[in-house]
Amino acid sequence: MPTFVYMTSCDGCGHCVDICPSDIMHIDPTYRRAYNIEPDMCWECYSCVKACPQNAIDARGYADFAPLGHSVRVRRDEEKGTISWRVKFRNGTEKNFLSPITTKPWGTGYPELKDEPAPSNEMRDSQHLYSEPKYIRMDDGDVHTLESNKLKMKLGVYY
Amino acid sequence: MACETIVEDSIDILVVGGGLGGSGAAWEARFWGQDKKIVVAEKANIDRSGAVAQGLYAINCYMGTRWGENNPEDHVRYARIDLMGMVREDLLFDMARHVDSTVHQFEDWGLPIMKNPKTGNYLREGRWQIMIHGESYKPIVAEAAKKSADKIYNRICVTHLLLDDAKDNRIAGAVGFNVRTGNYHVFKSKTVVVAAGGASNIFKPRSVGEGAGRVWYAPWSSGSAYGLMINAGAKMTQMENRIVLARFKDGYGPVGAYFLHLKTYTQNCNGEEYESKWFPELQKMVGKEYLDPELSHRTHRPIPTCLRNHAIINEVNAGRGPIHMVTMKAFQDPHLEEVGWENFLGMTVGQAVLWAATDVDPKSENPELTTSEPYVMGSHATGAGGWASGPEDISPPEYFWGYNRMMTIEGLFGAGDAVGGTPHAFSSGSFTEGRLAAKAACKYIDDGKAEGIRINDQQVQDRKEEIFAPMERYKIYRNEIVAGTVSPSYINPKQGLDRLQKLMDEYCGGVTVSYMTNEKLLNIGLKKLKIMEEDLESIAAKDIHELLRAWELKHRHRTAECVTQHTLFRKETRWPGYYYRGDAMKLDDKNWHVLTVSRRDPETGEYTMEKAPCYHLVGDEEEKAAKKKAPAKKRA
Repeated sequence: MPTFVYMTSCDGCGHCVDICPSDIMHIDPTYRRAYNIEPDMCWECYSCVKACPQNAIDARGYADFAPLGHSVRVRRDEEKGTISWRVKFRNGTEKNFLSPITTKPWGTGYPELKDEPAPSNEMRDSQHLYSEPKYIRMDDGDVHTLESNKLKMKLGVYY
Repeated sequence: MACETIVEDSIDILVVGGGLGGSGAAWEARFWGQDKKIVVAEKANIDRSGAVAQGLYAINCYMGTRWGENNPEDHVRYARIDLMGMVREDLLFDMARHVDSTVHQFEDWGLPIMKNPKTGNYLREGRWQIMIHGESYKPIVAEAAKKSADKIYNRICVTHLLLDDAKDNRIAGAVGFNVRTGNYHVFKSKTVVVAAGGASNIFKPRSVGEGAGRVWYAPWSSGSAYGLMINAGAKMTQMENRIVLARFKDGYGPVGAYFLHLKTYTQNCNGEEYESKWFPELQKMVGKEYLDPELSHRTHRPIPTCLRNHAIINEVNAGRGPIHMVTMKAFQDPHLEEVGWENFLGMTVGQAVLWAATDVDPKSENPELTTSEPYVMGSHATGAGGWASGPEDISPPEYFWGYNRMMTIEGLFGAGDAVGGTPHAFSSGSFTEGRLAAKAACKYIDDGKAEGIRINDQQVQDRKEEIFAPMERYKIYRNEIVAGTVSPSYINPKQGLDRLQKLMDEYCGGVTVSYMTNEKLLNIGLKKLKIMEEDLESIAAKDIHELLRAWELKHRHRTAECVTQHTLFRKETRWPGYYYRGDAMKLDDKNWHVLTVSRRDPETGEYTMEKAPCYHLVGDEEEKAAKKKAPAKKRA
């Protein structure tokens, strides 16, 4: 397929259509449910699988090299900040994995740049980016220059 | 189809593409341009777009200056030797000196970075790589861009850059269409940061049919960074420097963490180490300067990636494939086994799916490796892209025309895959380049360089007709035939892509010819690409989705043409293992220790090729010191 949608689980909400980076999850006009219109442009990135509230989307390996009878299922939970995977082999072996996806409540760790004190002309003319130099070394060190690193430019070569 | 024209006027900074590079630009622009209007146009949904859509398990560019690990010049030395001497050292040094601050921000935003339990430092995968739980890397970074920008337009495929009618060679915005509504979008902007993607799928993929999308680099990376800039007349560099990846076979699972962290290694079908066997012959081709295994051993300077590919390619051609990754030992450790699997699940789920489907458990079976089809990009271990100005405090005159990361078109900036000569930037470096470009773009506007921009209605109207022409063509000719896809009057985007991939593969050094080409083949390739360009005028799209594919193909085609021109110009094999010029097999430092630069004249379609000097801003003290400490032993 590689992603496909179970007819009985999909309610046509369109979350997968909204998120698919390849623009290949579409709503079928007859059944009003989602499906993958272009499997050969699917990357198996699982963005749609993770986004589906009904767990209606799954993937199977590409037909040109992957036999049937396997599954890799996922559940991503933004509130808990975790993602869990269940890998089922063709021969029945099962492996489970759980990883964190964030260390903070979702979307809270960002400063408001528009409310930061406006950068001075000196900062504009310097090589600093926002939050630098502190954020480079987390101390008072400045950005590196050729001079500060005791480097000399060698001549260029034209032939 | 009745589509509206939507004009977004008075934009200060238009960011084209919302991947890691574009997100960095959108984020940083707000600080330096607190009063400025910042708009992002993204082809997909910024929450999951770009090459990092499904996640990453490592940040591949982090100096660790904070922990006393590396300085920027160390990274320049590393990237320079990995790219066989050919990089823009000013851009690399600049990216490297800022990249740590980017990574420290990511951690503040909630990105789980693994720590070394003994030292408390970030857990290293290799000298430049740190390990993360990065499934949500892109959504976390996208959140920052969304917070900063005035507006994010999702689902806009940007097809052309707009040029100023008041002043030659100055940017005025961009146009495109909404892939859901079909609306025509006009963005009038003082500056544009091109942060679109490099090119996957311009060479024939190894997989066929349904599996054609299981490529290494995202199939939605359609070379738009290059298509947009080349068509506008920007100069390009290093476009011949395509990349071939050694990956787990069929799934394209990454090998970095396996080699570096899990300490796995490769062997041929007989269980033998094969790599070093190819080095003596190869050394005759590239010279000791680029391949000196003894020196590499002493300095921990890695053997260039392309040369290691060369060994795999030749071993397989000699009939001693498949190449296996020896995972069975490492995977007996349950912790390492977990790292191995999570490495895929966090960034290449398809590899896990494949192993589950084929009952390959790396704990009990060593999986196969292979080399991929070639890709054209500017941020991985390769440096294709636009010819950009460097920072004022570092760059020599030939590399500097006023604003950091500004292309040869005024007001046009680049980040990530768009910038040439800055390999090994990866995700964090691309984001950093976006930040640098955004700051420079704000300065450009504040300096009054974008005053008096004028866009005449004709330019806007002409582009509109051009963009929607494939749908018009379909409407006119679809009833000429009974049904199906075979028409004497048009080809569809899939048919066009098949043709492009076949000709690039056969004439420009793809998989089926073992990455080999020569002058004759390249000239035939160029001729076929020219004819294909005529056929692209006859491309038909039955709906807006196919219109998206049609424009992706046009960008891919333009990228492919530029790659072929550059490959023809550089009469040497600079990167054996990425591609070979059969008629110029030796690396030729005497004539080609230079950067290649091209410009396509937008009026005539002619390419002008030139050489630019390769400046070494950073010395090779590291190697000299290592040589001094451990002089080479005479062999018996």
